[in-house]
Amino acid sequence: MAQLEIRNVTRCFGDLIAVDNVSLNVEAGEFFTLLGPSGCGKTTLLRMIAGFDLPDSGQILLDGKDLANIPAEKRPIHTVFQSYALFPHMTVAENISFPLRMARRSKAEINKMLHVALEQVHLTDKASAYPHELSGGQNQRVALARGLVNRPLLLLLDEPLGALDAKLRQEMQIDLINLQREVGITFVFVTHAQVEALALSHRIAVMDQGKIVQVDEPAKLYSFPKTRFVADFIGHINQFEAQVVKPSHGHLCLAISGLGEIIAPPLEGVVAGDKGVFAIRPEQVRISAHSELTELKNHFSGVVHDLLYRGEVSLYKVKLANGAMNEALLPNSAPGRAELFEVGDTVNLGWRHDAGIFFHD
Amino acid sequence: MTDSGHKHTRAARLAKYLMGGPPLLFLLLLFAVPSVIMVLASFRYPGEFGGLAPLTAADPNTLQGVTLETYQFFFSDLIYIKVFIKSFFMALATTLICLIMAYPLALLIALSPKKNRNLMVLMVILPFASNFLIRVYAWMIILGPQSVLSQLVNNFLHLFGNAPVHLLFSPFAVLIAMVYVHLPFMVLPLYSNLEKHDPSLLDAAQDLGANGWQRFWRVTFPLSLPGIFSGSALVFIPVLGMFAIPDILGGTGDMLIGNLIKEQFIGTRDWPFGSTLSIMLTIAVLLIAWLAAKLGGHRGHYA
Repeated sequence: MAQLEIRNVTRCFGDLIAVDNVSLNVEAGEFFTLLGPSGCGKTTLLRMIAGFDLPDSGQILLDGKDLANIPAEKRPIHTVFQSYALFPHMTVAENISFPLRMARRSKAEINKMLHVALEQVHLTDKASAYPHELSGGQNQRVALARGLVNRPLLLLLDEPLGALDAKLRQEMQIDLINLQREVGITFVFVTHAQVEALALSHRIAVMDQGKIVQVDEPAKLYSFPKTRFVADFIGHINQFEAQVVKPSHGHLCLAISGLGEIIAPPLEGVVAGDKGVFAIRPEQVRISAHSELTELKNHFSGVVHDLLYRGEVSLYKVKLANGAMNEALLPNSAPGRAELFEVGDTVNLGWRHDAGIFFHD
Repeated sequence: MTDSGHKHTRAARLAKYLMGGPPLLFLLLLFAVPSVIMVLASFRYPGEFGGLAPLTAADPNTLQGVTLETYQFFFSDLIYIKVFIKSFFMALATTLICLIMAYPLALLIALSPKKNRNLMVLMVILPFASNFLIRVYAWMIILGPQSVLSQLVNNFLHLFGNAPVHLLFSPFAVLIAMVYVHLPFMVLPLYSNLEKHDPSLLDAAQDLGANGWQRFWRVTFPLSLPGIFSGSALVFIPVLGMFAIPDILGGTGDMLIGNLIKEQFIGTRDWPFGSTLSIMLTIAVLLIAWLAAKLGGHRGHYA
């Protein structure tokens, strides 16, 4: 039995269906992420799990028990808020021990648990500081410790890293993974940042317009997106309007107007003439000045239209013969490498026949 | 570059003086100077028909020169200290009643939808639109012996065999009017404090296991302390010096410091003693303000 079960939950605000018949299972000890663009309903779903809002229909069960009649303060579920919501009139120690005092634990127990929590987030020396005396990253850790200290069954995290700068965010991601492994508490993490979701989660549920679109492990989600929305939302992807020429056993033959035919991985249930979109990740597209790519089944020539140098990689936007843009990613592993193309260069693009995905309309 | 920067600072400094000068001058002339005059007057003898006795006079039998007599007089008779203590308790009672009445109201306004808040604040300050004395005299009618309220109270008392009471010209009448007049001064600072509270703090407290009562006492109340302190100061200090309300609604025994001071200047024409009483009142107010700042200071840093 899953620890958290969401069964057919729907929540409407006026005409807007914020959460539309969502069902999910989250296993004990899992780092589970709700990922989606802003307004997709992920925060509404989180608030219903926490108990700040109630579903119009459907059930939320924790360890098999319906939460419907349990108010937020009685649920063994704690939340780390986006703004941290630390109590400004309390010290770090008072903030962290707040849930322990609310649970009427003994003084000795409070001291022990507070001590452990402070150690876990490396804030022992800041115990008597006030939140306004700490940095954003430190406050973040106070909020985490406060959420974890009373050992909830579930910790909800509402975009907790959103307010941190990029470098600190990466450090916090690593801390978060380690902390979750250490405490073994189920995390439900809400974010719109796909990179964060991929880096942190055991499983990700992608939400769009109130619905769950796909639930999968990060690598599966990235490599085998089930819909165009998921493919587009997670990472970058090149897309071409395509038509099935011949669905044969081992592969799919597609026609892309203005470019010609390509070979793509097979897809069940398509027949010749079906229309759709062929999508391929930029890092799967190889780029070269020479004709060496002709060994690949799918290869085209184009002109470099834009070049984004990002340090570790360079992104080339190449205009193909049919006018479509294709992005290719090259790692800059060798300094001053020979194949640095300039805008306007004619280049060859190619990808393997088993790369890319066809989305049937 | 340096030159223009220099000019800029000079212009800025000039603007600062021009803007800050007039109000500063106003305060200096109309507050500091009279205060000094008051302190000096308290060491003088009263003039025969009001005012002050001369510092030097040809006739050695007339009062003249400087003296500590007024201060000795103040401490020689307990009656003045008693009036101070009575005034202090009146101010304290008014402040507490105002706080108890204003807090739920301020909370209600702060939690209302934004579009309604301004209207509600307007209603709180609306009584200021009519004259202070008229509002106090209105209480004379409300509390007078022929009023509905008086008759209701006395009928009720009669049921239990008690003698009728006079609501008007009593400490009760003074207190009720004091509360009525000063309530907005408590509501407004409390509201402006409560309105700024981050609602996510209450969500967090609830999420971490606090029930409604705990959320109020552990989060809302401590965070509103700066508002409570400033509201209390705005009520307590004016009530301490108020003379019009006890004059109009109080009995002969309900004299407060304000009445005492007024009496020295207008009734008995003893300006030096009136000045001494005023100085004592100022010292008492400053002492209380200092105490409040000490109590509120270390809790106010997060506000």
